[in-house]
Amino acid sequence: MGVAVENALIQAKGLAFRFPKGTVALSDVDFSVVAGEFVSLVGPSGCGKSTLLRLVAGLIPATPGSLTVGGADPKASRGGEHRCGFVFQSPTLLPWRTVEANLTLPLELENVSRSRSREVAADWLSRVGLSEFAKSYPAQLSGGMRMRVSIARALASRPQILLMDEPFAALDDITRGRLQEELLALREREGFTTLFVTHNVSEAVFLSDRVLVLSARPGRVIGTISVPFGTRRDPDLRGEPDFAHLVRGATHLLREAGS
Amino acid sequence: MKRILPFLPPLAFLVLFLVAWQTAVRLLQVPAFLVPSPISVFAEAWNSRADLVPASLTTLAGALAGFAAALVGGTFGALLFSQARWIRSSLYPYAIFLQTVPIVAIAPLIVIWCGPGFASIVLVSFVLSVFPVLSNGVEGMTRVDPQLLELFSLHNASSGQILLHLRLPHSVPYLVAGAKVASGLTVIGAIVGEFFAGYGTRHPGLGYLILQSAGQLRTELLFASVAASTVLGLFMFLATGLAAKWTLSRLDEPGSA
Repeated sequence: MGVAVENALIQAKGLAFRFPKGTVALSDVDFSVVAGEFVSLVGPSGCGKSTLLRLVAGLIPATPGSLTVGGADPKASRGGEHRCGFVFQSPTLLPWRTVEANLTLPLELENVSRSRSREVAADWLSRVGLSEFAKSYPAQLSGGMRMRVSIARALASRPQILLMDEPFAALDDITRGRLQEELLALREREGFTTLFVTHNVSEAVFLSDRVLVLSARPGRVIGTISVPFGTRRDPDLRGEPDFAHLVRGATHLLREAGS
Repeated sequence: MKRILPFLPPLAFLVLFLVAWQTAVRLLQVPAFLVPSPISVFAEAWNSRADLVPASLTTLAGALAGFAAALVGGTFGALLFSQARWIRSSLYPYAIFLQTVPIVAIAPLIVIWCGPGFASIVLVSFVLSVFPVLSNGVEGMTRVDPQLLELFSLHNASSGQILLHLRLPHSVPYLVAGAKVASGLTVIGAIVGEFFAGYGTRHPGLGYLILQSAGQLRTELLFASVAASTVLGLFMFLATGLAAKWTLSRLDEPGSA
């Protein structure tokens, strides 16, 4: 571990984070993510997974040099080539805005012209299959639909990196499965790099190229599992013995991490 | 019919109360300057309508202007307060001052500063009714979802954009609730203002009329003026309540609007 990868898009070296109140959330975290990769972070609750995502997004400051995005400080990536999109645990849509207006929000904030952001919104709505709901309000949508809007909103400003913080945790099994498959298809088409936080091991294995297992607080990477199933994955993969084997391995690691 | 039904019991009680009052005054032969009978109050109200109607309108104008000032001032104050914790902690005690100071104590001061007349009346009404708007507005603007704030900063939003697209729209239901509380207070404020500064308006308002009729022991007119101010207060409260209901229904089910 701790190997510096030459062409890493996200690179953490000895990354630590302490909350202002003194709790150490992360200590000595090493990992790297190359462009186009889908990496999941699993770990016991409270291990600092969400904090890690916020550090990568530049929402909270990391010790200079310990974390780089595109070779620079995470905050510097905003609005630039290596920008991040963020999908939160809850859809966090603005209830007073229509679905379309929620999608155009990030573009408006970045001063993209109104007509252009409408085009982009319409395009993304069709990609997530919600075109007919453009004029609906979030309250009128199901939980799964709201999460689709939230994902489309994160992708609408064309980020190179998509950060997802347990986005499907609150959804029912069937919706979660469907959204996982949709996310894989989106990723195959759009080619963004993903850092995905979850506490669901089989979700992590199904989606990722690599699963990083974090220890209990203070979190650090205690194991990496490579998932050799390629980018195009069939839903039936979840029933394959190879898949079950990987999930079991990751679960064992996680169990050690929790103790 | 179903919509009128809830109003029937209080209406029936009012009628009953007036009948009892009338009978009691008649039977006990209470002098009119102590407690006039309802009928004589109504008669006096009708005879003095040339005074009562303009007085009510004057007071209504003062209350409405005070209300408008409270809505605008409260909202802008909340916008300012929402900008930083240090602004809130250094100014909030003075905002609470508005809520806790006895209005009758500072009303004379206001008259000294602004002179007798409409301006002072509006200011008293404003001071009395701005706090609920301000405190609710601050609540609504600061209690936004922290994840939404993160989303905004991820896209390099300026604090102006955060205010316009997040804090202000989020605070609307809070401001509406504050306006409902403030609406009743505005009439009280206008009448108290007229006690002190009412001699300066072109048409005397209800507050001034109340003072005057009390001084002259014209108890019928006093009762009629008090009744008129009650009606005004009710009107303000109900009108604001309806406006609030309409606004919130649009927010709750924006799709149906």
